[in-house]
Amino acid sequence: MACVNPDGTLTEAARSLLKQLQVSRSPKELSDALSAPLFKVRSSLRKLAEAELIKQEDEGWVITEKGQKVLNETETD
Amino acid sequence: MYKESEQCGPAPIVGPRIGEPAPQFEAVTTMGTLKLSDFKDSWLILFSHPADFTPVCTTEFMAFAEMHDQLREMNCELLGLSIDSVYSHIAWARTIETVFGQKISFPIIADLNKDVACLYGMIMPGDSKTETSRCLYVIDPKQIIRAMIYYPLSTGRNTDEIIRLLQALQTTDKHGVATPANWRPGDKVIIPPAVTQDMAEERMKEEAIECRDWFFCMKKIEEQKEE
Repeated sequence: MACVNPDGTLTEAARSLLKQLQVSRSPKELSDALSAPLFKVRSSLRKLAEAELIKQEDEGWVITEKGQKVLNETETD
Repeated sequence: MYKESEQCGPAPIVGPRIGEPAPQFEAVTTMGTLKLSDFKDSWLILFSHPADFTPVCTTEFMAFAEMHDQLREMNCELLGLSIDSVYSHIAWARTIETVFGQKISFPIIADLNKDVACLYGMIMPGDSKTETSRCLYVIDPKQIIRAMIYYPLSTGRNTDEIIRLLQALQTTDKHGVATPANWRPGDKVIIPPAVTQDMAEERMKEEAIECRDWFFCMKKIEEQKEE
């Protein structure tokens, strides 16, 4: 589940993940929602957090303002 | 304690051992950069093969991929490794799918620097100085090493045995029992031997278990059927 293409755009997998993070979700909830292995979800969350597109909140993760902006830009392309 | 080796530089003399935490790592794989800790809360079979685009390894990868669905039903993931580049892994996986019709559905570590191979003692110079031997580690959800299997370059592994091993370990964890030689699900399991004379005496009187002698007791496990 790579997150960012060489040209800086989000991968389809990353977009799907970010869309799920409008509310705080745990890695397990995301794994169930996306039918993706938990290890892939954890790896992707780490990459998205490094890019400051998501942040930890309560027991889970949620999209940041930067993440929402990038997602919106991707959706309008 | 470390020993200098041609393959690994200063490397631990004693590799990973059963019952100890699996050494943590972060590695480039065909599914992005992964950490061992990403696999926490599920069982993991970490295994190495000597080289991509070789025949025995190709048969092994097809066999591992065939059992992946069954492993996932048992809450177990697969993670492969060889000292090859990620480009080689991708090309080989695509070749296996095209030529043999088997999709490789698990990540493969591209361990060009031999970091993970040396950490886990996967290089056996007597077998090959430049490639990992066929090493396999069964790691539980708490990331403890529970079993290890080592095979030489020449001999492909038996995936039925790997499944059986995992079933046995999970049965042990669930029921607090041991499993005898050649055990299969549904066979009787072994009750851990008595450790006191009183316990040995009581053990012989228990009706729910079958004891040939105080130290040799077995029982059938009644699995609860889901409603």
